Amino acid sequence: MTAPSSPSVLSIRKAVKRYGTVQALGGIELDIGEGEFLTLLGPSGSGKTTLLTAIAGFTGLDEGRLVLRGKDITDLPPDRRDFGMVFQGYALFPTMNVRNNIAFPLKVRKWKPADIQARVEECLALVQMEGFADRMPSQLSGGQQQRVALARALSFRPSVLLLDEPLSALDKKLRADLQWELKDLHRKLGVTFIYVTHDQDEALSMSDRIVILKDGLVQQIGEPGALYNAPRTTFVADFLGKSNFLDVEVEGFAGGRARCRAGGESFEVATEAPPAGGRGRVALRPERIRLAPPKGAAFEGAIRQTSYLGERCHVILDHPGFGQILVSCPTWKSGVVPEDGLPVSFDWDADACVFLEDA
Amino acid sequence: MAARAFADRHRYWLLILPALAAMLIFYVWPLIQIFAISFTEPTTGFGNYVELLSSRAIRTSFVITFRVAALTTVGCLLLGYVVAYAIYNTRARYVGLMLMLVLLPFWLSVLVRSFAWIVLLGRGGVVNDALIGLGLIDRPLALMHNEFGVLIAMVHVMLPYAVLPLMANMKGIDPSYVAAARGLGASELTAFRQVYLPQTLPGIFSAALLVFVISLGFYITPALLGGGRVLMISEYITYQIQEFLKWGLGTALSVALLVATAAVILAAARFVNLRKTLLERG
Ligand SMILES: Nc1ncnc2c1ncn2[C@@H]1O[C@H](COP(=O)(O)OP(=O)(O)O)[C@@H](O)[C@H]1O
Ligand SMILES: [Mg+2]
Repeated sequence: MTAPSSPSVLSIRKAVKRYGTVQALGGIELDIGEGEFLTLLGPSGSGKTTLLTAIAGFTGLDEGRLVLRGKDITDLPPDRRDFGMVFQGYALFPTMNVRNNIAFPLKVRKWKPADIQARVEECLALVQMEGFADRMPSQLSGGQQQRVALARALSFRPSVLLLDEPLSALDKKLRADLQWELKDLHRKLGVTFIYVTHDQDEALSMSDRIVILKDGLVQQIGEPGALYNAPRTTFVADFLGKSNFLDVEVEGFAGGRARCRAGGESFEVATEAPPAGGRGRVALRPERIRLAPPKGAAFEGAIRQTSYLGERCHVILDHPGFGQILVSCPTWKSGVVPEDGLPVSFDWDADACVFLEDA
Repeated sequence: MAARAFADRHRYWLLILPALAAMLIFYVWPLIQIFAISFTEPTTGFGNYVELLSSRAIRTSFVITFRVAALTTVGCLLLGYVVAYAIYNTRARYVGLMLMLVLLPFWLSVLVRSFAWIVLLGRGGVVNDALIGLGLIDRPLALMHNEFGVLIAMVHVMLPYAVLPLMANMKGIDPSYVAAARGLGASELTAFRQVYLPQTLPGIFSAALLVFVISLGFYITPALLGGGRVLMISEYITYQIQEFLKWGLGTALSVALLVATAAVILAAARFVNLRKTLLERG
């Protein structure tokens, strides 16, 4: 699950980067598969940009190697690595029109003028920007600039495309549209994407695999669903989606189910092996909790606060043993009509809880 | 509401009135006088302007003036570009110090700085003494009292006027453009030439205009370093008025210089945003 499913294009071996006393990268090990959409996800300051710029060649590593298809590229300057790159602020050259921006990588590679012209048209079509060739970057909207930056990065047919938070400057609606387009582009071109974002929704919706970074270290690598459903640490469970955390005592284990006690209640947790020592912490996704009228489910509580989000409703429950529990229920089929102060009961399935390793 | 706005506008005028008055009395009025004198001394008519157009000495002086100003501009651009570039591409730690070194010359009179060059470049000056001492030459080189000396000192004096607009321009250039160019496959040189340099063109134009226009009317440095042999137009005017008491010709030359400078600025306005260049420097 943590290894790529296709042969590795790029291998990062023990990458270390320090800025004074800050360890921006703490020995990253990573293999990126051919044609993969790999996302580097982490909070601000976790080292995502540092890792991406180290791959691109703008940041020199203090230790470690970068291997591209068997060739060590650690000491190559950025212009000799042949990665396409989309920068955080797009960095479209302000003195060149769209056409010349897209042609730039081709001109420096000494393509023939006729080939350049044809390729520029092709790239404009690829990002649906035909007819904008003669505009200057300053005459484009954020979303259009983004497309041009993408076209420019793809124009010379790189086999690996690096993207540093390419959508973060756009508004939410546009971001959602472009997520679809990026994904579609990735599927069509078969180019390997290494994508940096701090937005978990973006990571979940687009990636083949996600690498979760924190303080310059890889926390967990996996496919979006696997990461979401089986986080290994509190950090991952909390960063990728929301989670409730319960510290439990394990009282017994049989048939793939651990009998657990927490907050004066007892319930079962599906697991292959409960933690040794009889104590552990489980993560519980808010949307896995069912709400019911009082006495309708295993645990009794009361609604402290509700937050209406349109398609979903977030509810904070008070439970005497668990403390506060966050529940997320679809507004169109909830067991109760959420209302502050309302007494309710709730429960969840055994496979809703996941044991964490860092209890 | 309207009355209030009206009162506000008057207060505004009141504030700038002293400056405006000073400007009118000490600048505009003398200018009109000069204009008038050029048509009335020694006799009424266009006599001075006819002389101006027919005198070879004057034509030579104008040629020297434009040549010195142009060469000074080129020299200042080359040196100033490097200085400004260095300031924005070195470690942040030294930027303050380098900025101070650029501004330092402003704290010292142009007169003093020009005399310093005489000490350096004169026949018995530091440079000639050193070269003779090293046995590289037997006779002192003519380093001043010629255009060469004037140029060296002019470039030195004008350099900050080139560095400042270039710096203001470079300050606004995001380093990510050059990084992007490198990432897209451009060598360091290509990235500089095709991505960085074009973005500094406004700064280059501003610097060139500023240096050229100030150089055109510069007096002290050419007078001292030229030793009367590199007669730029300002010095020529001084001669006419102080030595020969030819007020008419002197003022006519002044008007001609003013017109020439205005022409340069108007021509430049086609390429440069003047408001930005001359009024909004950072
Ligand atoms: N040029 C730099 N100089 C000093 N510290 C830096 C520099 N770049 C990044 N860092 C530090 O390295 C860490 C990782 O930064 P970065 O890779 O930019 O994180 P992210 O992109 O995930 O927000 C941060 O603590 C940041 O402060
Ligand atoms: Mg970043």
